[in-house]
Amino acid sequence: MSGKPPYFSKLARYYLWYTGCFALFLVAVALLEQEGMPRLWIGHLFMFATVALYAIIGVICRTSSVTEYYVAGRRVPAMFNGMATAADWISAASFISLAGGLYLQGFDGLAFIMGWTGGFVLVALLIAPYLRKFAQYTVPDFLAARYGGGAGGRGAAVRAMAAGATILVSFTYVVAQIYAVGLIASRFTGVDFSVGIFLGLASILVCSFLGGMRAITWTQVAQYIILLVAFLIPTMWLSAKHADNPIPAVAYGSLLPKLAAREAALAQDPREEEVRAEFRRRAAEYAGRLAALPESWETGKLEAQRQLAAARARNASLTEVRQAERALATYPNSVDEARSQWSERRDANLARARPPEPHAEPFPGATKEESDNRRNNFLAVVFCLMFGTAALPHILMRAYTTPSVNDTRVSVFWTLFFILLVYLTIPALAVLAKYDIYTSLVGSDFSALPTWISYWANVDKANPLVSVADINGDGIVQLAEFAIDADVLVLATPEIGGLPYVIAGLVAAGGLAAALSTADGLLLAISNALSHDVYYKMVNPGASTQKRVTISKLLLLGVAFIAAYVASQKPADILSLVAAAFSLAGSTLFPALVLGVFWKRANHQGAIAGMLTGFAVCLVYMLRASPALGGSLDATWFGILPMAAGVFGVPAGMLGVVAVSLLTAPPSRGSEGMVDYIRAPE
Amino acid sequence: MSQTTPTDPPDDNAARQRAAARAAHWERSRRMTLLLLALWLATGFGTVFFARELSRFEVFGWPLSFYMAAQGASLVSLAIIGFYAWRMRRLDREAGIATGGEPR
Repeated sequence: MSGKPPYFSKLARYYLWYTGCFALFLVAVALLEQEGMPRLWIGHLFMFATVALYAIIGVICRTSSVTEYYVAGRRVPAMFNGMATAADWISAASFISLAGGLYLQGFDGLAFIMGWTGGFVLVALLIAPYLRKFAQYTVPDFLAARYGGGAGGRGAAVRAMAAGATILVSFTYVVAQIYAVGLIASRFTGVDFSVGIFLGLASILVCSFLGGMRAITWTQVAQYIILLVAFLIPTMWLSAKHADNPIPAVAYGSLLPKLAAREAALAQDPREEEVRAEFRRRAAEYAGRLAALPESWETGKLEAQRQLAAARARNASLTEVRQAERALATYPNSVDEARSQWSERRDANLARARPPEPHAEPFPGATKEESDNRRNNFLAVVFCLMFGTAALPHILMRAYTTPSVNDTRVSVFWTLFFILLVYLTIPALAVLAKYDIYTSLVGSDFSALPTWISYWANVDKANPLVSVADINGDGIVQLAEFAIDADVLVLATPEIGGLPYVIAGLVAAGGLAAALSTADGLLLAISNALSHDVYYKMVNPGASTQKRVTISKLLLLGVAFIAAYVASQKPADILSLVAAAFSLAGSTLFPALVLGVFWKRANHQGAIAGMLTGFAVCLVYMLRASPALGGSLDATWFGILPMAAGVFGVPAGMLGVVAVSLLTAPPSRGSEGMVDYIRAPE
Repeated sequence: MSQTTPTDPPDDNAARQRAAARAAHWERSRRMTLLLLALWLATGFGTVFFARELSRFEVFGWPLSFYMAAQGASLVSLAIIGFYAWRMRRLDREAGIATGGEPR
């Protein structure tokens, strides 16, 4: 391992310089803000400066060598590989929505923290070191070599299925990342959503297009530093403010009892009860209308038309006429539409009529069954996220980039270490923000609302991200009168804590870094599966290395534009799709990968059967139980939500591999030798 | 698949010894993997399964079940991965000497 220490210290020096320059940049922008630079400019400055930075790293790291392009030359030191994988891993969802989700769901939300960290034990112990020992380029490479079969024993069938699963899983995931890029860019620079998407895309492309894995790795390290700083600064500020301790992960324990006391007081408060009663009344109204369908739809429509006519007739103010027009325009077009819209509103009102749940209490429920059901779903979600993590191609692909097997093991350690720097802070942020809102916003006067509320309430008028309305008319904010979307909390934290706008710009840049770094890795995983596994290994095995890299770059370009197009259509159920990606990855790839290492008897037929059954069981369950995909929640098994379909898919896949392998002939001696080889020490 | 080196049937003493050392190495690393997975299962899934019972206890001011879900299980995972990497390096090194390979 001679030569590694100087390389490592050179890299460390570069990134220390980089961090220093970034700190100077922050200070400079903060000074400019003091001098009166407008907010929009600060937003622009952060967006363009960071995107340009990533593009520059991409240009510096450009390459056309195959090993550099696919696996960064297999010489990324363990710590930097861990940092890059952490950036790869921390997606837009973890950075932007997870803390908000924890704020809204309390204990239940912790399933995401546990699932998204615990999965790395499976990666480290069962998969990554063996992939590195095998030392090829992609996950399908490994499966095809291990299981063989097909024409000439090259495992074309296994490879095709594994590549298909890689593409399907990564594509749904990348669409969600690009969607987030568009959202952040459009909110902070004021450009159109689709323009924001293509802006972000440009930086992804310059980077991965020119330099493949090598450029992505070094950009991701840079992105990790930005997202870590962006997440920690506002949270540490809030922590110092409320708990007198700037380390949020340590400090928030002291806030939990205070928060619980506040929650209990709010649950008893008579004014809160007044507001909740109003929501119950509204829900009952929708329930009444639903019961009286289809006549209620007719009368409602006539009533809306009559009100518009009346408003026009009496020369009412323009706003009133507009309001009546909007009411008529958004009135459901048919009885079916009315049914779905009204039941949605009934449920939304019912949800707001409930008193706040204690944040730290596990699985509150009216009955033992309800509570048990919540526990089972918690466990199922954790299970799916863990096994999905251990099968996500863009994470596993990173096992190939280190210099040795030992470095791969150490690199997974660093990965989880760097992920935890952010993930241990997320539950803290949820508690801190909740405490801030429960104590300083709730009970304050409507005439003195903080500015961040009106700002975020006006970002998306159709589906307000933050809404607050004086429902019982007492002029004081009640908790039940306030609603916040999970996606806003992190972006609004700097303003909630009263920090200067430069920090808000920094947080947006952090969210952008999280989304871009994940999108980079996913796009590369897809284009590698297409160019290496499909084109080179199956279509044209005689292709020159130059041609392979060129094809890969072109495919990357194509996939990126398709993903951007899909994201610009704003697919509605984007989050459920991402959750589905984890279940599908775990069910399809995990059994074949792990049994391939740990069970010599697993053979070609077993692998194919396992991938098919895992995939099919998972998909069928989602189709039958997910309302978004045309199923119904009444069709669940054991009350497990469709999002956690992997809980059935992974065991089914395991069973498929085992049963079919035992029923068919044992694998060839070649694959047995390969298993011996990857198990052996270096 | 040029990398794989299928082991020929051991026809002399040294080769047999090497195969035995490899088998012992695999046996030990497999046992450790199993043990660590059991620990992972207990801290991750075990504490959630009994979360309601455990929330009566407290650590550093947190209810135990909340702490385990928010931080404890993740930190144990980190420790498991760290221990595994450290231990496997030693096992590899010992086996490397036993099989006559270059000690790293």
